[in-house]
Amino acid sequence: MSKKTLKKERFSGFGLVKHALTYHTHWQPMWRNPAPKKHYDVVIIGGGGHGLATAYYLAREHGITNVAVIEKGYLGGGNTGRNTTIVRSNYLWDEAAHLYEHALKLWEGLSQELNFNVMFSQRGVLNLGHTLQDMRDIQRRVSANRLNGIDGEVLDTAGVKAIVPIINTSAQVRYPIMGASWQPRAGIARHDAVAWGYARAADTLGVDLLQECAVTGFEMAGNRVIGVHTDRYGKIGADRVGSVVAGNSGVIAGFAGLTLPIESHPLQALVSEPIKPVLNTVVMSNQVHGYISQSDKGDLVIGAGIDSYVGYGQRGSVQTIEHSLAAIVELFPIFSRVRMNRQWAGIVDTTPDACPIIGPSPVENLYFNCGWGTGGFKATPGSGHVFAACLAANESHPLAKPFALDRFYSGALIDEHGAAGVAH
Amino acid sequence: MLRIFCPYCEEHREEVEFHYAGQAHIQRPSVPDDCSDETWGAYLYFRNNPRGQHREMWVHNTGCRKFFNMCRDTVTYEIVATYRLGETSVPNSSRAPHD
Repeated sequence: MSKKTLKKERFSGFGLVKHALTYHTHWQPMWRNPAPKKHYDVVIIGGGGHGLATAYYLAREHGITNVAVIEKGYLGGGNTGRNTTIVRSNYLWDEAAHLYEHALKLWEGLSQELNFNVMFSQRGVLNLGHTLQDMRDIQRRVSANRLNGIDGEVLDTAGVKAIVPIINTSAQVRYPIMGASWQPRAGIARHDAVAWGYARAADTLGVDLLQECAVTGFEMAGNRVIGVHTDRYGKIGADRVGSVVAGNSGVIAGFAGLTLPIESHPLQALVSEPIKPVLNTVVMSNQVHGYISQSDKGDLVIGAGIDSYVGYGQRGSVQTIEHSLAAIVELFPIFSRVRMNRQWAGIVDTTPDACPIIGPSPVENLYFNCGWGTGGFKATPGSGHVFAACLAANESHPLAKPFALDRFYSGALIDEHGAAGVAH
Repeated sequence: MLRIFCPYCEEHREEVEFHYAGQAHIQRPSVPDDCSDETWGAYLYFRNNPRGQHREMWVHNTGCRKFFNMCRDTVTYEIVATYRLGETSVPNSSRAPHD
């Protein structure tokens, strides 16, 4: 089927001025809405940031363009559009640190690479310490980071106050701030733009983006996947299938008769009304469990914890929010009368060691990229990059090897509960 | 917030009195030294994660402090039944009045 892809106009300042002359009525569509082919080299289930990034790198780095991304809703409408947009790489263990640092390096050139402004802003992240043990853990983690070539500093209370003057450093509170780790290269990005940027770039390279189409099962030949069944287009053949569906990974695995070491929980976030610039970095605290940043629009973006029980309801419990807001107000008394605007939840796929599962499954031609749990957004470019390599070569990328499914049988877990301790 | 019927206190109480305690009815391999890595790994780390009815344990930690079982829908959050530890099946609805 010859389907000439639209020649994409490059976004530029000049283009903005040019389109202003015609009242912005002649912009190209961002991507096509193609009818599916009968067969693809690779079908990716899930059109969030990770899935779209996988498709983009398959086409860009490996020249595999006969690819479809199948999304049951709209692109970036799941956890990609529901997180608190924090990007950092200050993980403790070598395996995780290398993977997240790989992602951070890709973030640093992403807007240029995609010709799409993902508004990546390296405004730094503070991970607060409130107890002596917190500070020992911070020392250890920052030392490990620096040995891995990742930037990091240990700050004392005055150092925290110098970066965030509005923070409450009183010694009289229940959990006084004793210091923090500081990663200057960390920051935030515009989450929707990441999905749109990858989608547009992948579409330009010939990838078919099939939206509002749910996968309902696999076409199997023995222990081999040869295609997917969908509710909208029926059967679509595929040489390889990659599942990148976060909270619903267990459901997809179930179609192939597999169980994954994953439990799905609702994770909540909320934003305030827009206020003037007051916080120019990201502040996180494991101990009191709160994390906060301010978006370019001015809203305070606040993340709460996960609901303790397994759940697929994209809402969340009010007591979970109350707990996080109590912590935020103690850290920032100035925010006590800011009104909250919106609240939502995404379904996160948590693993026993708070690390992702990337690679082949026991079913031939079926690959999983899941288990990113509460902190997958920061990894979006790196996740797509290593998973594309895995789908292209039928073997794991060196950075992804330690994250294979068999670690749950060998016992070689990568316990990142410390660095991933705050759900974000 | 969930309203949970504690099968020991025999009262409906609010969710904040309880703690979730993971999947129910997990069978520990009877002779751990003899089982394969696959069996042991499955026992330690692999859990049911259904969209729909899920059997799980809760503890009434600010009440009677006892563990009990619950059958709950993970999409609608409807509590189908709660029943005592040691019981393996959902008893009839007269024991667990969750509408």
